Amino acid sequence: MIETLRRRPGLQAALLIFPAASFLVVFFLMPLFIVVAYSFLERGKYGGVVWSFTLENLQRAVDPLYFNTFLRSARIAGLTTVICLLIGYPLAYLIATQSDRRRNFLLLALMIPFWSNFLVRTYAWLTLLRTNTGLINVTLMGLGLIREPLPLFGNDFAIILGLVYGWLPDMVLPLYAALSRLDPSLLEAASDLYAPGRRVFTRVVWPLTLPGVAAGSILVFIPSLGAFITPALLGGGKSLMIGNVINNQFLAAHDWPFGSALSTIMIGLMLLATLAYFRLVRRRG
Amino acid sequence: MRTRLVVLGLLVALLLVACGGGGTETAPAESSAPTTPEPVAEVEPAQEIQFFNWSEYIDPDIYEIFEDEYGIRVVESNFASNEEMLAKLQGGATGYDLIVPSDYTVAIMIEEGMLAELDHANIPNLENLSPRFRQVPYDPGNKYCVPYQWGTTGIGYNSALIDEPTSWAVLFDPDPNAPYYGRAMMLDDPREGMAAALVYLGYDINTTDEAQLEEAKQALLRAKPALAGYDSDQFDDLLAAGETVLTHGWNGDILVAQEENLDVAYTIPQEGGVVWIDNVCIPNTVTPERKKAAEIFINFLLRQDIGVLLSEFNYYASPNAAAEEMLDEEFLSDPAVYPPPQVLDKLQYIEPLGDFESVYQRIWDEVKAAR
Repeated sequence: MIETLRRRPGLQAALLIFPAASFLVVFFLMPLFIVVAYSFLERGKYGGVVWSFTLENLQRAVDPLYFNTFLRSARIAGLTTVICLLIGYPLAYLIATQSDRRRNFLLLALMIPFWSNFLVRTYAWLTLLRTNTGLINVTLMGLGLIREPLPLFGNDFAIILGLVYGWLPDMVLPLYAALSRLDPSLLEAASDLYAPGRRVFTRVVWPLTLPGVAAGSILVFIPSLGAFITPALLGGGKSLMIGNVINNQFLAAHDWPFGSALSTIMIGLMLLATLAYFRLVRRRG
Repeated sequence: MRTRLVVLGLLVALLLVACGGGGTETAPAESSAPTTPEPVAEVEPAQEIQFFNWSEYIDPDIYEIFEDEYGIRVVESNFASNEEMLAKLQGGATGYDLIVPSDYTVAIMIEEGMLAELDHANIPNLENLSPRFRQVPYDPGNKYCVPYQWGTTGIGYNSALIDEPTSWAVLFDPDPNAPYYGRAMMLDDPREGMAAALVYLGYDINTTDEAQLEEAKQALLRAKPALAGYDSDQFDDLLAAGETVLTHGWNGDILVAQEENLDVAYTIPQEGGVVWIDNVCIPNTVTPERKKAAEIFINFLLRQDIGVLLSEFNYYASPNAAAEEMLDEEFLSDPAVYPPPQVLDKLQYIEPLGDFESVYQRIWDEVKAAR
């Protein structure tokens, strides 16, 4: 058996890749295919689909209402990504430059919030942010620092806060990986050539860590764009993101094909954005 | 009180929706054409049933009593809206033996062939139901479902901070100087939200008239600045905690919140509101053993003492005449639980609208997307 495998590297590769490949086919490609296929079918009266071809769902999806919701979601996701990058980069730099023991401790501290469910963590924010009974406003008002409660809840601020909190580790980890691979001799060389600190960063560190920036940004942007828990809970349900629209098509409007069409368009746009981004990074890097 | 992990449920539902697909088409055939019609007595009930219910809707003691007496364990899981439950079952979720849809959803499920016919021989306690619940319009004669509890949708408010609202105008023509402004809440539910606006305007809550719907949309937009948010899940807790002053919501939940905060009260405005009946039904995907066990449990729920336990726990009105005999006079005469006839006359049922529901959803999306 082992001899056969050794003599036939092709078979060996096939066997090694089989578990992952079959998993992806069953749980990624097939569902994806179903979503795309449903986009072109007619709705069942109360959910499900009728097997006849139509382009109506895609036409409805370019409606200004949904287009604007999409733009709004992209803006929120973009802001979230930028904020995560601004907070995450220095943090990753700090972690990468520590001694081994402290580095492991800091990474662990970063991961600990991941051990509890995202939904539970979002609920925890609710108890902090609520306008009239949230811990922050109650404390500030109790101390006499403010008269009126701060508008911390039910708006874009709360949504972005929740998203940044939720996805920050996804930004820090790839950045950390990129920064810790950085060869210190390159930095020394830059300094030896009299580059000031800022230039060392802009000319050496930043370009070399761009792949980490790209990976982190994509890992934050994509789930933020499709978010629906955070706007529903922290946004008080008062603002709509594209994730909520899709969610509602399945769970309230019984309109699976339209929900699928919106998903398909979103997947397509994200794929394009991701490809463009990688391309940009590769050229610059 | 309904502290359910809705969104977790939604996630699971989405996953099922994504993976399920073709389940719906094959399902009805199984039970509508049984190959060997066995006599009922020979079927041994299963040892366990899966109960898919709204959360905080049943006293957990009821499960213990049932298990002690019948040796059948009830495992409960929860959903947050009829639509969510329906989407899960349509997505191919099997394994639920007993579900609790509201009136209009029962109508949909019967039309879609998703429910099993009940064997009345296993449910002799049907006798305990009040006559009007034996002949509900969506299922006359209780062929597919048995009423569980019933209630209304109206307004909960903090009586220490505002007077009793007599009109839906508090939401749809809000006073910017009132204490409730910015501290009001509406159910996050297109049908319920639209119904409140349509009732205020004096229209049928199942209207398909575009002009009326446009007026309802304008009313919903006027309400938005007064709202702290839309929530079908914690509206009762938020009212009790003092976060909100006014909330659109279901009577029983608000009355349970009264236990925590005595200032909480419930009213149905003069224009009327929504009335609904929740029902226990059996999906047609169950095995005969599980169906038998579920029917035994339905029969048990209809018992006089259990009916009393149900209403004492969830504060909803009982369809069970025998249980009503044993409920407190105070409970039975509470207009928030049992609306007087002149109020009952002004309440409307939500009806299924088929494809037209997309129009309601779209208006709801427009309202939510408005800045």
